[in-house]
Amino acid sequence: MIDVRRHNANFCRDCFLHHCREQVRKAIAEYSMIEPGERVLVAVSGGKDSLAAWDLLRDLGYEVDGLYLGLGIGEYSDASGEYARAYAQRIGGNLREIDLRADYGFDVPSGAKVAHRAPCGACGLSKRHLFNSAALEGDYPVVATGHNLDDEAAVLLGNVLRWDTEYLARQYPVLPGAPGFARKVKPLVRLGERETAAYCVLQGIDYIVEECPMAEGNRHLGYKDVLNALEERSPGTKAAFLNNFLDRAHARFDDVEIRQERADLQPCARCGSPTPGEVCAFCRLQERAQETPRDVPVAAPVVRERS
Amino acid sequence: MKVVLRNPRREIDVDGVRSVHALLTRLDVVAESVLVICNDELVTRDAPLKPTDVVEIRPVVSGGCR
Repeated sequence: MIDVRRHNANFCRDCFLHHCREQVRKAIAEYSMIEPGERVLVAVSGGKDSLAAWDLLRDLGYEVDGLYLGLGIGEYSDASGEYARAYAQRIGGNLREIDLRADYGFDVPSGAKVAHRAPCGACGLSKRHLFNSAALEGDYPVVATGHNLDDEAAVLLGNVLRWDTEYLARQYPVLPGAPGFARKVKPLVRLGERETAAYCVLQGIDYIVEECPMAEGNRHLGYKDVLNALEERSPGTKAAFLNNFLDRAHARFDDVEIRQERADLQPCARCGSPTPGEVCAFCRLQERAQETPRDVPVAAPVVRERS
Repeated sequence: MKVVLRNPRREIDVDGVRSVHALLTRLDVVAESVLVICNDELVTRDAPLKPTDVVEIRPVVSGGCR
């Protein structure tokens, strides 16, 4: 049914599903991602990775709720939200929702335009801020994302090409919790994109196949193309690149200064999130981008629950 | 055989290929970047194909949302 060349294996359905569960279980154990009894909030986009993450974590016995963030990217966001809701309904799961436009007065396209930054930058900033604040508000010690082996290998390639030592120090499957920060984990880090897609197909999980229209042609995709070309010639290249970095090289970039930076943060004057300055980056983006009057409340995130 | 491509979705006819590997080579598609679904079932790259098969080549590479 599905070939995974870096494991030199063609899997039948049952063995493949077992393989996926084992890879996630190993990643959680190896990196101490989730302690017994901890509630997990999984960031869900309606895509294959986040839905696979939610499904696998549930299957492994964790208490998991989903959080969907409506980014306001036209039909793409409309469709991706529907896939997230459909999956939540199928499993009888609790899906929390935040809508960027309705709740904060702007969306990714308008935020990117006003802030003169690439859409992916405005998107990532909004997601990181709102996932964290929703986790704290809902008393989830752990936020899980669907980042997979291919994602992390591509990020690593970009960081190495630029020798961005600060980002190399931060690149790890777990970002520890701290005052004002939930722990962030990537339980799919041992699974490639073909595997998460195949998992969804075999489990009958419908997901949005279309790509975000704002991501087309970005550098991240370019790095993935390069790595996939290498993987074709030499199966196992992506896993070796990432895993050997984590095992052998990451510690050399681990910088005390970065850890100290986190310790020096103070509450944002508008929303209370930790920030090095007076107002956090998300609130500054919102102030510049929102099209509604300035007195729109910006306290706790407006989280709707569907179950 | 009918081949369904995605992003954007479109259908093409391809003749004269007898395996998934041959099909991907003909269309210049990197196998690591796709799943191949033949008659609604996942298949491996060494799977044989028949002229009557309906094959979806589904991209799996994400550049944005998870």
